Amino acid sequence: MMVLPTFSSSEDSANSYFGFLSNQQNQLVILRTVSIALVSTFIIVLLGIPTSIWLSKLSGFKKTFLLTLVVFPILTNSVVRNYAWITILGNSGILNNLLKFLHIINSPLSFLYTDGSIIAGIVYLFLPIMIITLIGESEKLDPELDNAALMLGTRPAKIFWKVTIPQLTTGIITGVTLVFVGALTAYTTPQILGGNQRLVMSTLLYQQAMTLGNWQAASVIATIMIVIALFVTFLLRKFQKKVDKRKTL
Amino acid sequence: MTTNKHLLTKIIGIVTIVFLVFPLILIVVTSFGTEPTISFPIKGFTFAWYANIFSQDSFTQGFITSVVIALLASLASALVGLPAAYALTRGETKFSHFLESVFLAPVMVPEVVLGFSLYSSLVIYARFPLFLSLLFGHFLICMPYTIRLLIGGLEQFDSSIEEASWVLGTSRLSGFFKMVLPNISTSIISGFLLSFINSFNNIPVSVFLSGANVNMLPTSILNYLQNNYDPTVSAISTCLMLLTLIFMLMAEKKLGLKSLIN
Repeated sequence: MMVLPTFSSSEDSANSYFGFLSNQQNQLVILRTVSIALVSTFIIVLLGIPTSIWLSKLSGFKKTFLLTLVVFPILTNSVVRNYAWITILGNSGILNNLLKFLHIINSPLSFLYTDGSIIAGIVYLFLPIMIITLIGESEKLDPELDNAALMLGTRPAKIFWKVTIPQLTTGIITGVTLVFVGALTAYTTPQILGGNQRLVMSTLLYQQAMTLGNWQAASVIATIMIVIALFVTFLLRKFQKKVDKRKTL
Repeated sequence: MTTNKHLLTKIIGIVTIVFLVFPLILIVVTSFGTEPTISFPIKGFTFAWYANIFSQDSFTQGFITSVVIALLASLASALVGLPAAYALTRGETKFSHFLESVFLAPVMVPEVVLGFSLYSSLVIYARFPLFLSLLFGHFLICMPYTIRLLIGGLEQFDSSIEEASWVLGTSRLSGFFKMVLPNISTSIISGFLLSFINSFNNIPVSVFLSGANVNMLPTSILNYLQNNYDPTVSAISTCLMLLTLIFMLMAEKKLGLKSLIN
């Protein structure tokens, strides 16, 4: 299955892996990549699940229109979608202007080129994908189960956790897989919103390969990225199978 | 009652949708401002930044290159994907499962890694011309979309119609063209459209495989962003969004929007 991508020139030996991984800067980059991906995925799950539940309950024109609004960003170029955050977080962007207007600050704060701006961009990029992944399953939610639980005396909040969410677990795990791996390997967002001060694995890869011509380091990073992506996908798929087994009533 | 819970999902839902749409509207607004830096709210109203797009060679060249590559890559993936999908849905051997994984493999690989691997293996090591390598990279990107949609369409297609035509004397080849193709034309078209837009929008692969004469539009915009901070990017972003809109309308007219949501 990995036929095609094993083109990556493996000039690297075990030594170069050790060298790469023991470098503190590189460890920082890996750590940053993973933590950004985790935080982004968490936010996306928090926002995505209620939104898709709400959308699935709508009908007719309203639903089609809103779904179109969700799909539109997916088809829009990611440069555009990330650039939007420059207009929001930039020095003369809307956030700074708002803060100045409210007299909270006098000179612009730099929101850009931080981990936070990368997270904002990644959430913005992958949230529609989560919603679309979940919408199919959300539509299959059985309101009778909710009513039954209600009649048995369960509080609404508990119904959400014990009845609604478990029905959606397959979709949630699929969504999380897509989003987490996507966040881990995204290039455009960290490049535009993180710059060269805040490197993640994909931008480090680009820098090593194209700017510095360091093929060995680049190959190492590339291989690490594939391994992590495959490993996470594999883990989540196993988890999904386990959950599916428990679901069959 | 349950209305509390419903209210919460409604609030989060509305906030999320606004969150998704607002930044894009912002871009459109900032593209008209007269200030030489990106700012909001905008002062004045001008089309100057739109005009500036055309004065940038990298943008006009990039647009043409992106369109050409997207067309060729989508076409190639359709030409290869159609027989492949047909073979995969007809034969049920272990080999066909393996082959299916091969065709869908590019999805498993992070795009940056794909771009880098292609660059180092094709361009540096094998000395392939840049344009061909870029085309191949985009071809790999398009394949999974095409294959998935074609397999889906073929599986829904009732092959007994096709077999009936064989019994009645049509050759297998002509049966394929006359019976199978017209019935899966929706899948073919949606596969093509989806491939096209994903190739056109692609950045990670294009960014590794660009060079002196080979320039893709997203890469050009990226480069422009590194050195300039003016609303020209807003203008070209708005143009791209307009293209996306046109694309979605086309897809809707021909196929209905659901086909884009896998």
